[in-house]
Amino acid sequence: MRRGGAVRVVGPTQWIIYPALAVLAATLLLGTPIEVFGLKLPEPVLPMVLAFAWPLIRPSMAAPATLLVIGLFLDLFWGGPVGLWPLCLLVVYGGVLAARNLLVGQELRVLFGWYALATFGAFLLAYLIVTLRAGNAPSILALLGQMLPTLLAFIGAAWLIDRFDDTDVRFR
Amino acid sequence: MAFRDGPFETLKVPLAWTAAAATVAAGVLAFALLLGGRASGDDQAYGALRGGVARTAGPVSGLFAAPVRWIGAASDHVAGYFNAVEENRRLKRQLAELEPWRDQAIALKNVNARYEAMLGLRVEPPVAMATARSVSESRGPFANARLLDAGSSKGVRVGNPVVNEHGLVGRIVGVTPGVSRMVLLTDVASRTPVLIDRTDARAIMTGDGSGNPRLEYMRGADAIQSGDRILSSGDGGGVPRGVPIGVAARGIDGSWRVKLFSDRGAIDYVRILLFEDFAQLAHREALNAPPLAGLTAAPPVDAATAATISDETVRRAAEAAAAQADARREGGQTQPAPGAQPR
Repeated sequence: MRRGGAVRVVGPTQWIIYPALAVLAATLLLGTPIEVFGLKLPEPVLPMVLAFAWPLIRPSMAAPATLLVIGLFLDLFWGGPVGLWPLCLLVVYGGVLAARNLLVGQELRVLFGWYALATFGAFLLAYLIVTLRAGNAPSILALLGQMLPTLLAFIGAAWLIDRFDDTDVRFR
Repeated sequence: MAFRDGPFETLKVPLAWTAAAATVAAGVLAFALLLGGRASGDDQAYGALRGGVARTAGPVSGLFAAPVRWIGAASDHVAGYFNAVEENRRLKRQLAELEPWRDQAIALKNVNARYEAMLGLRVEPPVAMATARSVSESRGPFANARLLDAGSSKGVRVGNPVVNEHGLVGRIVGVTPGVSRMVLLTDVASRTPVLIDRTDARAIMTGDGSGNPRLEYMRGADAIQSGDRILSSGDGGGVPRGVPIGVAARGIDGSWRVKLFSDRGAIDYVRILLFEDFAQLAHREALNAPPLAGLTAAPPVDAATAATISDETVRRAAEAAAAQADARREGGQTQPAPGAQPR
C-alpha cells in the first residue's frame, strides 16, 4: 500500500542537464580571447567535475550519454581530435563508478585526492593519444597549465555532490 | 497486456549495472570516433560536424568577446590619455631613429628593382588579404586554435596563412561561409618550414602546445644562435617566403625554440593571406599551350598527307620487291664451286 504525501524527486534535469549546460556555457565563456597584461583566461576541462561527481551522486544511464555529447562538443569547439575527450571523460566516469562503494560518504580531502588521481589519469590518456596521433609530444608545462585549473574546479564537484547526493528519497 | 502486468513486473535491474553498460557502450563509440578520424583524416571525416559547431559557436563567442573588446578599447583610450606626453616623447625618439632606416630602405628597394629588371627575375605577385577578428580560442596542450569571423564568402580557403601586425600566427584548417578555424603555430600538430635569416639555414618549426615552438631538423653546426631572426622559408608552398615569425632562443630543455613575434600583442584582428601554393601563381593555360603541348601529342593527319604517305609506302615496297628479284636472278647465274671454303 502506498502512503500519501509529497515525495522529494530530483530528476535528471536537475542533476544532469542543468549542470551540463552550465559547464558548456562556462567553457564557451572561458574560450573568449581575453589578454590582460599578457595573461589569458585559464582553460580547465570543466566536464571533469561532472565525470567525477555524477557516479557518486547516483549511477545513471543518462550520465555517460551526456558525457559523450559534452566530450564531442569539447573536441569540436577546441579543435582537438574527435573522440579524445569523450573517451577520457568516460574512463573517469567508469573508474569512479567502479570505486563508488569505496568513495561514497568519504570526507572532502579524500574525495579531492581521488579527483586529482582521476584528473591525472584522464590527462595522461589524452597525452598518450595526442602524442600517438600527432607524432609529437605536447609540452609538459602546457599540460600542467591546463591540469591545475582543472584540479581547482573540484570546488564545483564538491558542491554538486553536496547538493544532489541523497536528495532523492526513492534512492535511499 | 500492459508491461507492468506481465512477468517483468517484478524484474529489477541494478542501476549500477545499467550505468556501467551505458558507459562501456559510450566508450566504445568514442573510441570508434577516434579511430575513424585517424583512419581517414580528422578534418575529412568530421569536417561538416566541425563546420556546424564553428557556425554556431562563432557568433556566440563573438557576443562574449564584444564587451571584452569594448572594455579593452576603453581602457586603452584612458591609458593613452594619461600617458600621452610620455608616448609622444617615445614616438618622436623612435621616429628619429627610423628615418635613416627609411631612407636606406628606399635606396635598397630601388637597387633591388634595378637588379630584378636586369636579371629578368620573375617576382611573386602581391598576395590578396582578408581581415578577420578572433572570436574564440582554445589554449590547452592538446589543441591551440582560434575561430575567425571570416570564411569562404571572403575567399578564405583551407591552408591560407594568417598574420597579425607582428608576424605569422597560424593557418586555416576549416572554413564555413562566415567562420573559419585557424590552427596556431603553437599547436601540437603544426609544422612550418622556416629559415634562419642570418645563415639561410632551414628547419621545421614544430608546435608542442607551449608558447614557444621547437626548431627541428636543423642542419649545420653553427646554423643558429640566440637572437637570430626566424622567417618562413616558403618551402612546400604553404606560406610565402620571408614572413617574420620570431627570434631563436634556447629552451629550458636545451632545444632551440622560437619566441614568436605574434605574442608581442593580443591576437585580435588578423589578416588572412589568400595564398594557397605555387600552383596558383602558375598560369595553367599558358603551361598547356603549344609548343609545350606539341611535345606530348602529334597533330592529326589530313587526307592529302595520308594519301601521299600511302603512295610513298607502296612505291618503296615495289622497289624493294624488284631489288630482291634482281638479286635472286644474279645469285642463280653465279653458283659457288663445290668444295670452296667460306671466307
